Amino acid sequence: MSTVKQDKAVQREKIARRAEREIESGFYVNLGIGMPTMVANYIQPGKEVVLQSENGLLGIGPSPYESEVDPDLINAGKETVTASVSGSYCSSAESFAMIRGEHLDLAILGGMEVAANGDLANWMIPGKVIKGMGGAMDIVHGAKKIVIIMDHVSKHGTPKILKECTLPLTGKGVVDRIITDRAVIDVTDAGLLLREVAEGFTVQEVIDSTEAPLEVSGSLKEAGY
Amino acid sequence: MKKIYTTFQEAVKEIRDHSTVMVGGFGLVGIPENLILGIVESGAKHLTVISNNCGVDDWGLGLLLENKQIDKMIGSYVGENKEFERQVLAGELEVELTPQGSLAEKIRAGGAGIPAFYTPAGVGTPIAEGKEIREFDGREYVLEEALTADVSLVRAARADRFGNLVYNKTARNFNPEIAAAGKVTIAEVEELVDPGELDGDHIHTPGIYVQGLIEGQQEKRIERLTVRQEA
Repeated sequence: MSTVKQDKAVQREKIARRAEREIESGFYVNLGIGMPTMVANYIQPGKEVVLQSENGLLGIGPSPYESEVDPDLINAGKETVTASVSGSYCSSAESFAMIRGEHLDLAILGGMEVAANGDLANWMIPGKVIKGMGGAMDIVHGAKKIVIIMDHVSKHGTPKILKECTLPLTGKGVVDRIITDRAVIDVTDAGLLLREVAEGFTVQEVIDSTEAPLEVSGSLKEAGY
Repeated sequence: MKKIYTTFQEAVKEIRDHSTVMVGGFGLVGIPENLILGIVESGAKHLTVISNNCGVDDWGLGLLLENKQIDKMIGSYVGENKEFERQVLAGELEVELTPQGSLAEKIRAGGAGIPAFYTPAGVGTPIAEGKEIREFDGREYVLEEALTADVSLVRAARADRFGNLVYNKTARNFNPEIAAAGKVTIAEVEELVDPGELDGDHIHTPGIYVQGLIEGQQEKRIERLTVRQEA
């Protein structure tokens, strides 16, 4: 693996491990496709958590052993999975009734851009091929708490936490918390509140790499993760 | 009581040029593989297809794309298919992207006699453009209209000749809603059992929604095989 790729993997693990701390025992949680799915690998043994997959599985278990693979059993990322001991199946309409009806405690999703008012863009880039929003637009309005995990800046080094999103939105004013490789930021009625700074970064570095104004929390945690 | 077909081509005979067809499945899981092959053989063109995804390049609904049988696709995620991309860019294929939960509910509403409903999904996004927005308790919702189909194609694990269907695990997905939303619904089933063998307490789609049945053997292709190592 090249150093860049390795760094990327380390960074993703750091974000996923910090995001895991958002999950409390007893929670029903939907994890988005990609980096959010990785969060499941770091759930602490003491926590009893039910993971929901919007294709109709409440209670995702670990990946199957080769001998256990069932082609009829996948997660929303279309990966083969198992069901947990509490697992139950339902139709797509019922699955989204659970989501839309605010029965999930938490959703952890990926993001391309988040704005100071909690707007989220994570489904399309104009001019690029549009693949579709999948369940993201429903989920952002459903779970009681929406946490976005993403890199703090784009691969070109430009901020992804903006005054206003430039990309077409997934949802308006839907984000509660942003977790990046550099910081944990809450979306409040007064704007963005910097709660934690990651190891290896200073408050100033976080502020400089964030386009939207950041208020620094009185109880700011430095080297928080 | 229900029509039991013996060939897949005969089972899809109600699908003609310009038909609207709903197809169950999520990715390649729970798709009526052989009924789709039946449409390929039938050659019916200018179809409007309603399905969460559009197969992959060489399997599932991707075969209808390859054969240029689809004019319009309504779904939520179509990112697994290069031919899809090509046809959209060439202006050969119209796409209506719909949030997945709204798609499921539009189909459910269609089968349940509800013409439209309000949902928060899509408010403030390009999806809501041109649609009615209404506020309830200080929150905005968009009006989404129901979907129905000339023919619905679903896949079940087990069925009896009364059309009662039982699905397996996440192969259920959109199938129950799609079964109810078709004027004619044909179920491809892995196993047809004698009446009484299915437990009435565990039927997912009651037979009233199903008009025809056919038994078939599926390949059940896996899109993303993910396994853990034996300890």
